[in-house]
Amino acid sequence: MQKRLILDGPLLEITISRLCQQLIENHQDFKNSVILGLQPRGIYLAERIHQRLEKLLNKQVRMGFLDITFYRDDFRRRDIPLEANTTSVPFIIENQKVILVDDVLYTGRSVRAALDAMIAFGRPSKVELLVLVNRRYSRDLPIQADYTGLSVNTMPSQRVLVEWENHGAKKDNVWLVNY
Amino acid sequence: MSQLSVRHLLGIKHLTNKDLQLIFQTADNFKDVINRPIKKVPSLRDVTIANVFFENSTRTKLSFELAEKRLSADVINFSSTGSSVKKGETLLDTVNNILAMKVDMVVIRHSSPGAPHFLAKHIRANIVNAGDGTHEHPTQALLDTFSIREKLGGVEGKKVVIVGDILHSRVALSNIFALQKLGAQVMVCGPNTLLPKYIEQLGVKVELDIDKALAWCDVANVLRIQLERQQIKYFPSLREYSLYYGINRSRLDALDKPITIMHPGPINRGVELHSDVADSEHSIILEQVENGVAIRMAVLYLLAGAEVEQ
Repeated sequence: MQKRLILDGPLLEITISRLCQQLIENHQDFKNSVILGLQPRGIYLAERIHQRLEKLLNKQVRMGFLDITFYRDDFRRRDIPLEANTTSVPFIIENQKVILVDDVLYTGRSVRAALDAMIAFGRPSKVELLVLVNRRYSRDLPIQADYTGLSVNTMPSQRVLVEWENHGAKKDNVWLVNY
Repeated sequence: MSQLSVRHLLGIKHLTNKDLQLIFQTADNFKDVINRPIKKVPSLRDVTIANVFFENSTRTKLSFELAEKRLSADVINFSSTGSSVKKGETLLDTVNNILAMKVDMVVIRHSSPGAPHFLAKHIRANIVNAGDGTHEHPTQALLDTFSIREKLGGVEGKKVVIVGDILHSRVALSNIFALQKLGAQVMVCGPNTLLPKYIEQLGVKVELDIDKALAWCDVANVLRIQLERQQIKYFPSLREYSLYYGINRSRLDALDKPITIMHPGPINRGVELHSDVADSEHSIILEQVENGVAIRMAVLYLLAGAEVEQ
């Protein structure tokens, strides 16, 4: 198994800062905007962005976690079912601008499921997608991110591995792994 | 990623502690789903489920049907009254005919113990036992233990007494298995005639005096007297049973600690449980019903996922 570092700690910090600035540019004070991190891996990025935004804006920003397990389109098509995670959306998203946050955008199927899952909490006025790594030319569905940390060209045999400090890794790193 | 160790839910006896924990974790998520503004998820949208009920049921049938609909499954209902069973069709034939209509899962209730096991041997669909005679009622035991876990924060080490007609109760047997697998201490209490012989071999305590049993326990699961299954008289009268084993306010007030009261329903008010207890703050009877839907969603979801396509 070979792996190549595509984003290291300092560069990741800069990327997250840029993403936050872009968000502020479009959402100003986040009065009618909320952040939804996708379980299981998107929530770490969502937490990071949320922290940074609150610091930059000096006010509270609403954030929730969305689990998409029950909305996936591959149920009964994989060997064993995926274990569900907690959904925590402690606010109404009716007429709010929702920013979905995930670590890697690959086929787009998770995002499709997330759009379904999100509707159970109301009808948002607008939905945007923020991803840390965009795997180019690999979409199964017509879904694109509004905010992208890094775009990479990958092959189906490769995987993008995002490691977070405090969540099972010593340092923040993003790897491209060959199998 | 994880899955159950079984393909069918025939009884608690065949499940492991890990299975029970997985069902509880999944049910936690489904409980969250059924408390949302939109209570439906699309997980089982390509699954057809037949509810085959050869015996009367209100709660279980409604609960299963609601669970199936909340998972977006297609549902067909069958009850033996008004069907061709009356014309002499066998169980296997009836179910095979239903399966010929391309059904993926069968939820079955039958008055004969072992009927779901028999079906599981002969047909390909996933089987869920919704009560087979006096044998097992696994989803009831799952929702009972899930409710204890929710109310008391865990099941391990808790003392649970099952009161009443243990002899005819499938709820009692499934509950004993589930509670023991989760590490609880179990006692059964009732008149001698309604306790099965050799029940202590299952590792449960036996107590004939209800007041002593209530003083010992953290949770009392009160069962109905199943007059429809009693061919002979096991006690002189319902009034006498109520006097000796009926749980009322004064019995609970005499205890030095509050205990949790459960009942799988239907309640015979004034017989095994008095209204002042059934409607009190210690009773979690309606929580049990709510949890029933979440537990059944979890069971159906996990069993449906175990079926690998092609």
